[in-house]
Amino acid sequence: MTTVTRRASHQGVAPAPPRKPRLTFRQRLSVADVKWSPYLYIAPFFIVFGVVGLFPLLWTGYLSLFDRELLDAEGTFTGFANYAELLRDSQFWNALVNTLSIFVLSTGPQIVVAVGVAALLNTRLRMPTGWRVGVLLPYVVSLVAVGLIFSNLFGSKYGLINGLFQLVGLDPVQWQSNRFASHLAIATMVNWRWTGYNALIVLAAMKAIPKEIHEAAMIDGARAMRRFFSITMPLLRPTLIFVVVTSTIGGLQIFTEPKLFDVMPGSNNGGSSNQFQTITLYMYQTAFETQQLGYASAIAWVLFLVIIIIAVANFLLTRRIASTGAEDAP
Amino acid sequence: MRSNQRRVFAGAIALAATVGLTACGDSGGSGESDSGKIELSIGTFTEFGYEDLLKQYEADHSNIKITHHKTGEGGPYHEQLLTKLAAGNGLEDVVAIEEGHFSDISDKTQLFNNLADIGPKDVKPDRWLDWKYQAGVGKDGTWIGYGTDIGPLAMCYRKDMLEAAGLKTDDASLQGYFASWDSYFAAGDQYVQKTGKPWFDSDSQIFNAMQNQLDEGYVTKDDKLALESNKDIKKNYDKVTAAGGRGQTAKLVAFSPEWNTGFKQGAFATKTCPSWMLGVVEAQAGPENKGKWAVTAAFPNGGGNWGGSYLAVPKQSKHPKEAAELAAWLTAPEQQIAAFKKTGNFPSQVEALSSPDLLGTTNEYFGGVNTGELYSTMAEKVGKAQYKGPGDGKIQENAMSPALQAVEQGKSPEEGWQQAVDAAKKIVK
Repeated sequence: MTTVTRRASHQGVAPAPPRKPRLTFRQRLSVADVKWSPYLYIAPFFIVFGVVGLFPLLWTGYLSLFDRELLDAEGTFTGFANYAELLRDSQFWNALVNTLSIFVLSTGPQIVVAVGVAALLNTRLRMPTGWRVGVLLPYVVSLVAVGLIFSNLFGSKYGLINGLFQLVGLDPVQWQSNRFASHLAIATMVNWRWTGYNALIVLAAMKAIPKEIHEAAMIDGARAMRRFFSITMPLLRPTLIFVVVTSTIGGLQIFTEPKLFDVMPGSNNGGSSNQFQTITLYMYQTAFETQQLGYASAIAWVLFLVIIIIAVANFLLTRRIASTGAEDAP
Repeated sequence: MRSNQRRVFAGAIALAATVGLTACGDSGGSGESDSGKIELSIGTFTEFGYEDLLKQYEADHSNIKITHHKTGEGGPYHEQLLTKLAAGNGLEDVVAIEEGHFSDISDKTQLFNNLADIGPKDVKPDRWLDWKYQAGVGKDGTWIGYGTDIGPLAMCYRKDMLEAAGLKTDDASLQGYFASWDSYFAAGDQYVQKTGKPWFDSDSQIFNAMQNQLDEGYVTKDDKLALESNKDIKKNYDKVTAAGGRGQTAKLVAFSPEWNTGFKQGAFATKTCPSWMLGVVEAQAGPENKGKWAVTAAFPNGGGNWGGSYLAVPKQSKHPKEAAELAAWLTAPEQQIAAFKKTGNFPSQVEALSSPDLLGTTNEYFGGVNTGELYSTMAEKVGKAQYKGPGDGKIQENAMSPALQAVEQGKSPEEGWQQAVDAAKKIVK
């Protein structure tokens, strides 16, 4: 997109001669076309983004300054009172910790495993497409079905996993009431769903690495492991950054998995004592159950800021990790 | 050059199309159609059994065309309802509101038409059971909803399991066990001692029934939280959690997958049973348990109600008068009997309760018991309508039920109570 714009502006602006000849209408039209039509082409995206992205964002920010219930015609302006209350709200901090905990338990292993799976898929396999479709399959399964399957696996009383535990003489795990166990179960759901998807993105990047580099390294006597860490990993950097940033955004907004995991149907509580209520779940509950629109908007904005902070931190971190060893790569 | 021009035009058209697309919204779908007919729409959730009735209404009223919007689940339906009420458009002319969600809108009467003003004059409150009518009136006296169905409570029990525990299952004995909550928990103790198995499915299922029998709900008439001021609530809470602590609860959250499995496994011996619950029991316990479950016309402390809906006409409606007429017709005894025959939704109209169609209904799964007569009796035992202030339903769902579940998961009853109070204070300030 940028190259198009740049080329267009060169054609339109740069060749302007020192003295302006009179242009015919057609010529002027064509100059205008070259100059402005690129903007017109990209305009639909920005208009749609403005309507469904930017406007709601700003409107949410505006709403967060009001004390307003869902069914109220208008709210009372309270300035930053919602934010002040939020900082004192123990349920919010609890939700934040839950979100971060589930995020770390899911994103971390997910990316490591995704890179590993991609590396395996990159080896010579019979029916490569079959394997690739295979890892993507969990992503295609509807979330509701995933919720149903996992609630059967992680049921406290009649669940499959607890059944197996009891079979080998272990104590059943309280997947619902134990805070850490519940986070683990939800993270498993997320990992199951997203690992294959990320693996395919990483695989595409791996395929793009020129064979010559690997061959040169092989001639130098580098083994598979060495080549993976000294060639593949550094060259995957841009892709890894992309995967980490997108899964940060997704992971911090996690909503459906904890909602479906709760045994109380339709509940937004995230467990009996909010032990696995995430920020998005809390925000949803505040907006549509408790119906405090202003307060929910404040939560949304704080979540937005948290995501930006963590995404930037992750970006810097990944750049660092992926760049070690990249210096000696070409 | 020519092709470039064309590109400009294409871009401009794309732009215009985008703006046009995003600018137009749903206008709610009601109005006059080309043929001059009045178009009415009605929104319901799950099964109201109205399909044939609406066709009949259209046939009888040649100037009216009805669109029926059905939503599968009650939860999303009511979220949509509130959002559209807030947005000020998009709602149907007639909307169904479930009893549990009624407290969310009972103080938003400005958003609804007063049926006392716009409804047909011959439709009077005495069409319904008094408590049903009362519960459909808003906080300021606006008649918001015509009652459709109700869910009178009776008690379901596993005949075989009670007998195995040495509890007699003749009518007199059952009346004794289910006379009051104290006798119910006492029988539970006896059962637990004999079998070591739980007596009921979960604390909150029992607590909700007890709570509904109080005069006032979680919120007082002047919109204050009653959780701490009304000592009866705490007394009930203490009784339930104590019984649960003695092993009477199976700790299965209602409608969860494990609860469903619990029916098959015989994980509990009794169940608070509104009329519509019989179908749930049959579906979950399955044919292999046929004849083991039974239902009796007794309920601790008299009776109660769980479930049932109302039809309301929001202010957004363009044809409030016609909409009210439709709602009034649908909630007439004859129509509700027809709906009952189709779906089993128990009618809330006085006249319908004595209809031979209703009184002749039996249930084979529950040993051929006459459920029509049984639930009619139980419907008349429901005392007066409980005052449910704004936020009542939310306190039930987001404060009390989770807290009771937390106690079942190992919290002390005192901690659980504190959790409920804290959560309720966030809902009612």
